[in-house]
Amino acid sequence: MQFKQLERLYASGRISRREFLRAAMAIGAVGAASGMLSSAALAAGPRSGGHFKVGLAHGSTTDSLDPTNWENDFTSMLGYTFNNYLTEVDKQGNLVGELAESWEGSDGAKKWVFKLRKGVTFHNGKTVTPQDVIDSMTMHRGEDSKSPAKPLLAPVTEIRADGDHVVFLMETGNADFPYLLSDYHIPIMPSNGNGDVDRTAGIGAGGYIVKEFEPGVRAVLERNPDYWKTDRAHFDSAEILSVIDVAARTNALTTGEVHAIDRCDLKTVHLLKRDPSLNVTQVTGFRHYTFPMRTDIAPFDNPDVRMALKLALNREELVQKILRGYGIPGNDTPIAPATSFYADLEQRTYDPERARALLKKAGMEGLTVDLSAADAAFPGAVDAAVLYKEHAAAAGIDINVVREPNDGYWSSVWMNKPWCACYWSGRPTADWMFSTAYAAGADWNDTFWDNERFNELLTDARVELDPARRAEMYAEMQRIVRDDGGTVVGMFSDYVSAHSNEVSYEPPIAANWPNDGQRMIERWWFTG
Amino acid sequence: MVLQRLGLGLLTLFAISVVIFSAIELLPGDLAQEILGQSATPETVAAFRRELGLDRPPVTRYLEWLGGVLQGDFGRSLANGREIAELIGGRLANTLILATYAALIAVPVALVLGLLAALYRNTWFDRLVNMVTLTSISFPEFFVAYILIVWLSVNLGMFPSLATIRPETGFGELLHRAFLPALTLTLVVVAHMMRMTRAAIINLLASPYIEMARLKGIPQHRVILHHALPNAWAPIINVVALNLAYLITGVVVVEVVFVYPGLGQLMVDSVSKRDILVVQACCLIFATVYIGLNLLADVLSIATNPRLLRPR
Repeated sequence: MQFKQLERLYASGRISRREFLRAAMAIGAVGAASGMLSSAALAAGPRSGGHFKVGLAHGSTTDSLDPTNWENDFTSMLGYTFNNYLTEVDKQGNLVGELAESWEGSDGAKKWVFKLRKGVTFHNGKTVTPQDVIDSMTMHRGEDSKSPAKPLLAPVTEIRADGDHVVFLMETGNADFPYLLSDYHIPIMPSNGNGDVDRTAGIGAGGYIVKEFEPGVRAVLERNPDYWKTDRAHFDSAEILSVIDVAARTNALTTGEVHAIDRCDLKTVHLLKRDPSLNVTQVTGFRHYTFPMRTDIAPFDNPDVRMALKLALNREELVQKILRGYGIPGNDTPIAPATSFYADLEQRTYDPERARALLKKAGMEGLTVDLSAADAAFPGAVDAAVLYKEHAAAAGIDINVVREPNDGYWSSVWMNKPWCACYWSGRPTADWMFSTAYAAGADWNDTFWDNERFNELLTDARVELDPARRAEMYAEMQRIVRDDGGTVVGMFSDYVSAHSNEVSYEPPIAANWPNDGQRMIERWWFTG
Repeated sequence: MVLQRLGLGLLTLFAISVVIFSAIELLPGDLAQEILGQSATPETVAAFRRELGLDRPPVTRYLEWLGGVLQGDFGRSLANGREIAELIGGRLANTLILATYAALIAVPVALVLGLLAALYRNTWFDRLVNMVTLTSISFPEFFVAYILIVWLSVNLGMFPSLATIRPETGFGELLHRAFLPALTLTLVVVAHMMRMTRAAIINLLASPYIEMARLKGIPQHRVILHHALPNAWAPIINVVALNLAYLITGVVVVEVVFVYPGLGQLMVDSVSKRDILVVQACCLIFATVYIGLNLLADVLSIATNPRLLRPR
């Protein structure tokens, strides 16, 4: 068959894009074919229609539609697809309004007024009102709440309606409060009229309506015909599949069973890149892999020991060996480059000589410490710990790697053992990350770190509304965490995903969550 | 006799439920901690436990569960609040469909291959059959599955690599979608049944009555089908029953590789989240399958060979 003939068949729609590519490959005309495809794709722009399927590495039979139960990538993507939130983090990482048209903070960031968008309806036809917002928030508050969003809303003392505005009053100010309301646990759901919402009904105001949800297997969604966003929700319908096995996920993509997958196998992703019908994407998000030391337990209560251990890790090699290059070395602060108020501090490098000198100064030469690790902490955590052991040996430090069981890692190892491996999916703002895991007394302060100057700055910066002054304060805090904190931030790991080139999107891919901010279903489209 | 066995079976089920319940209690962490994971705070964990009644003593919870089950109520999943009967129903059906599909291929193939291997024993055919089946049983299931996917799905594009079936999937499509997992399971179980058939028949072929039959000039295939096979059924049936039970209870790896929504995946998820009620229900089903199939195997063995009723 000649290429011209093939081109005609493809242009007239008699053969699919996949068949076209395969045939083009057979006659050795791939270069010509890809040229034709990409120009066609560029000219097309967003196009409506089609049934989009994505295979995710997460999903469990214990999942449900109740937002307070959402804890993995499957449920967070589902949440962002069938719900709307008050605010949204856009592709560039800026906060924009979703159900809230605008907002304003006052009184030292203690009072927040959100103006609701008019004429938006839920899937059941009900209009979104301030009462829905209030009841959706109430679900997470109160003594009996088991919601992961409870700490986010804890400072809120009162929520009331004021016309088409919702007013939040808080005990302590927080300049980032509108950011917190974009968290996937806090969708706006229809009120049942009794001060509560039906949390398992699966009714939201999002671009897609839940048609079928089988926990741990799939969710089937259909476009909401009344969706208020006109430039979003291009697919007619979509399906999220839980494909936990990475080989199965890769096969599903290469055989065309799904159009996109997340968490590619880093060992074989270079082979995926060779397939001309696929694209591999790589985004440095907030996810980082750490080794938190309990600063309340010897020897980690000594800042020199902490610094020595930080210097005794070759981060470049960690990124090369554990992440196969898909990541960036950490700098002992949890603030990712994509975060606002990220301070570009000097990169910490591997320096066993200085580490040795610091230990000598502390009188702890030949230090022996246990490092607990399991792959539950992050994929490759045990290997990373063993690498760490090798690096530290050059500084005369003997790290004894203790392999812990995956099962129950978060309840019996993390925050219990003096030093362990850990991961953080990160937070979109510096304050959120710091108050979650670095503020003294925070529930997840996994290093039990208590630095007076840091805590003071944290509280002050939270209510500071002048961006320049805030940036200064966050820069100082990042320096303090880097030099005094108990966490060795080894690396930031990229989100590595792949998709068929039948689908397209507007670049860049968002960095706040994997899968284009977990909103790929409403943001992407078929090139046709 | 059968009634006595059934009674013993019930007693076994009870013992199993006690063992499973205590084993899960012994595992570190409970449902509240596992669900909340890294994001657990002492406060939310306590609220979670209160809501689900996990703060009460284990014995109380076990007796309550037992009371419910005796009345046919398996309760609700602790993790997502769904009715367990509903949660398990669809998946049990899927598991049974896949097991039946695999058994319908595997059992006839194994018996015929076993008979032929016995008939032509020590020929190249016998060796080839042995080699192929032993090779396929020696590889782990996921490896066999990956090879089949690469060959039949990625390279030839004949079958889908994901066996995601849903309640409304038509019968024809179901057979097509579930073919690769069924074939994988077939490859894994054929060797065992085939070897047992071959061995049982070869064993009998040395008996004097077979020699007598041969001396009478009866053709070889008739000797095997009419004289040897009826006496060989008992061990074959037992091995077949064990393999059928395996097809229902031991296929979680195959389910994961093909993303097949069966009971095994549900049980693994529930164990890792400590959803004790779902684990109990799954275990009871699996135990019932084992006990039931073993009982059936014994009954059928006796039916084919009534002498077994009066062991010498």
